[in-house]
Amino acid sequence: MLNSTHQKGFKEKALNLIILGLIFVTALVTYWLDQGYYVNLVSRVVIFAIAGVGLNLALGYGGMVSLGHAAFFGIGGYIAGISAMHFSESTSFIAGLDSTNQMLTIWLFVIIICALLALFIGLISLRTSGVYFIMITLAFAQMVYYFAISWPDYGGEDGLLISSRNQFLGNDTDNELVFFLICFTVLLLTVFLSSRIIRSRFGTALQVARMNDVRLATVGIRPYPIKLTAFVISAVITGIAGALFADLNRFVSPDMLSWQMSGEIIIFILLGGVGRLSGPILGATLFVLLETFIGGYTEHWKLFLGLVLLIVVLYANGGLMKMVVGEKQHD
Amino acid sequence: MTAALFLEQLLNGLQLGMTLFLMSAGLTLVFGVMGLINLAHGSLYMIGAFCCATITNMTGSFLLGLLAGFVGAAIAGLIIEVVVIRKLYDRDHLDQVLATFALILIISEGTSWIFGSSPLYLSIPSWLSGSIPLSFGEDSNSSYPIYRLVIIAIGLIIAYSLYLLITKTRLGMRIRAGESDREMIAALGVNIRVIYSLIFALGAALAGLAGSLVSTLYSVEVGMGEPVLILALVVIVIGGIGSVKGALVASILVGLVDTLGRVFLPNILALFIDNSQVATLSASLASVLVYILMAVILAIRPQGLFPANA
Repeated sequence: MLNSTHQKGFKEKALNLIILGLIFVTALVTYWLDQGYYVNLVSRVVIFAIAGVGLNLALGYGGMVSLGHAAFFGIGGYIAGISAMHFSESTSFIAGLDSTNQMLTIWLFVIIICALLALFIGLISLRTSGVYFIMITLAFAQMVYYFAISWPDYGGEDGLLISSRNQFLGNDTDNELVFFLICFTVLLLTVFLSSRIIRSRFGTALQVARMNDVRLATVGIRPYPIKLTAFVISAVITGIAGALFADLNRFVSPDMLSWQMSGEIIIFILLGGVGRLSGPILGATLFVLLETFIGGYTEHWKLFLGLVLLIVVLYANGGLMKMVVGEKQHD
Repeated sequence: MTAALFLEQLLNGLQLGMTLFLMSAGLTLVFGVMGLINLAHGSLYMIGAFCCATITNMTGSFLLGLLAGFVGAAIAGLIIEVVVIRKLYDRDHLDQVLATFALILIISEGTSWIFGSSPLYLSIPSWLSGSIPLSFGEDSNSSYPIYRLVIIAIGLIIAYSLYLLITKTRLGMRIRAGESDREMIAALGVNIRVIYSLIFALGAALAGLAGSLVSTLYSVEVGMGEPVLILALVVIVIGGIGSVKGALVASILVGLVDTLGRVFLPNILALFIDNSQVATLSASLASVLVYILMAVILAIRPQGLFPANA
């Protein structure tokens, strides 16, 4: 029994590496074949995966079903978009801050703003649980969404074009491979970070909080701060994904803040496997494959996405990860 | 700001509130009794509107259209319940959210496949298209459309009928029993699955009716259900999930706050701050007012105004 458990754990680790390796190789090969479009598609997968890895921390490990993570995804995107706009116009931010087009500085902003917003949303939302939590996170995201729509300075309903991608130190981010490598590095870092978090004392407490709040409290750990911290980290990671997504598309719009987007980030996790390290990566891959190939065939590809999703929820709970390596380990 | 304008906006708020009540009554009953969170409720609203628009355009009779919206949504609800929803009662909320999200994708894309992407329009039937004067002496030429008053009346009638159904009938007794202990009522020989299907179909029919009623006010198109769904979710959270009374009170509250906020907030803000940014700021603020209301109420009473199972 113990042996097979170890084998499964090993299998899962091997699979994680294989998936990451395949993504890397696909990007290299498509770039070498001069297929820029496909390199960008791989970057799209990677960015969705980052967003999913972020949400997975709250949803998969912490059991917090947030239907509002699009708020963080979109705000990350808007920060990137607004910075790029001010930089190209050589104007400064509202507070008189100098504008920048350096991704690293922008990400710092994303981290600070998403963390503060998630702290605020989490403080209120985590007072509730279950359906109330789902709906109040949704409501907060809707607030941000409507705010963005009715704020004409930054594009309002039409969104904001990014005339040239933000820069990463001295590298040419317009090159598809360079941009992919930036995204891929961020993905590796976030996967590494969340695997460290899950294995830490904090992560163990978080997973117990998901299963049984009271049990965690009886060993002397308050669940509320644990969940709140996880919610904030999760939001920050999703925000970074949003900033990358805006740069990838050179465009940011309220669609990134919509509740359909929140739903889609959950879909990435579910298709791959809830609470599994590589779940969101596999899920995002499947999502983009469906979008690209069925979407190229019919504009109603979301009908098929819906059917796949429904079948997975009703009959294949556990997603792709469970099909490939079996039940999740409880370590 | 005249009294007539205020009354007009008050009635508009009430009309939005009644539409929301028709949506949220089903949503809150389904959650209260079956413990199910149904995001696809907005799709049933859309189905109702499409049925109403199609039948009205075919037969020329708006009453037949309304009936079609009501019945069509009920049938669609029944099919959805039997095929999908029934499997979700014992699942966790994540599965329910995802499965009903999948239903939205399927129904929305299916509808745009069948009807195309251009919206349908209906006009108010001539016998309902008049308006009544709202005069207070000061300006006697202001008036209010009868059709919106009819919507308010229908909402109130439905609310009262639901109250009678739940408190006075045998079916209502079973619904309440199912809410408090579903195993016990099954042990007493009541077929709980049939009751679940009935409740779901009833909720669907009310959503369909709401969609049909507004199909003459707004365009009938794919995606029309989701904004209303989200407002209805806000309503049932404020009202206390599972409570029909809470849904009624919260619907009216949300309807009034949203409508009056959009009209009067710019004026109120302009009293305090005087610059060009006020217009945009107040427009943004007005559109999020109901969410602020919800956050405040939940921060004070995490179970909503009328907790059903307290």
